[in-house]
Amino acid sequence: MNDIIIKTIVRLLIPFIQLYGIFIILHGHISPGGGFAGGALIGTSLVLYTLVFGIESSKRKFSERVSEFAESGGIILYISLGLIGVFMAGSFLTNIDAGFPSGNAGSIFSGGMIPLLMIGIGVKVASTIITLFHSLIEEESA
Amino acid sequence: MRKSVIRKLPLLFFVLLFLLLAYNVMQMPGHASTAAPAYNDATAHYLEEAVSETGAINVIAAILADYRAFDTLGETIVLFTSIVAVASILKVTDKKTRAVDDHE
Repeated sequence: MNDIIIKTIVRLLIPFIQLYGIFIILHGHISPGGGFAGGALIGTSLVLYTLVFGIESSKRKFSERVSEFAESGGIILYISLGLIGVFMAGSFLTNIDAGFPSGNAGSIFSGGMIPLLMIGIGVKVASTIITLFHSLIEEESA
Repeated sequence: MRKSVIRKLPLLFFVLLFLLLAYNVMQMPGHASTAAPAYNDATAHYLEEAVSETGAINVIAAILADYRAFDTLGETIVLFTSIVAVASILKVTDKKTRAVDDHE
């Protein structure tokens, strides 16, 4: 797409979409939302970027190497947080009993490991959406 | 005459099935009824203790990422499996061999 109006508007919009996605992920434990919703927001903002600026430009911003790290990193973060529970409290994915600080209910630093799990899920979902999209439209241009 | 009766049989069957299922729906507990089987001790426990046990005021997040964290791990692994499957089928690993194979 080579329309200057669309390019300018999208360039202005994408930071706000991604900021909102990060907000949704980080506030997963105090307001509606969470890792899946926020990750979908970030992933679709990258889809929008690919649609407007083309696959080559998008591959430079979000390369396959980055997506490899994000794909496995999200799950590894989740499982290693679960393993902390195994060592500290004796069962997988233990939250407060494993020593994660509970914090003041309602503040952003609360809920023990829940925000960390949400970050892992969010990274995973965003990367899944953009990698699926890239590998589906890559066939056309290759 | 006989043929038309046989043709009507499935219709009759589905009307009876509809009546049976509608009767069953009428027997279900109403919306937000405390007599519903799903409204048991677990619901009350989650709603009353979630904040003190997890520190998260969003009870849905507390259930998703604390009480039912294994379920969420499974969902994440489903996503991972799907992306691995798609990548293994669609990924262009070697563009040169592909160009040779393309005889169109």
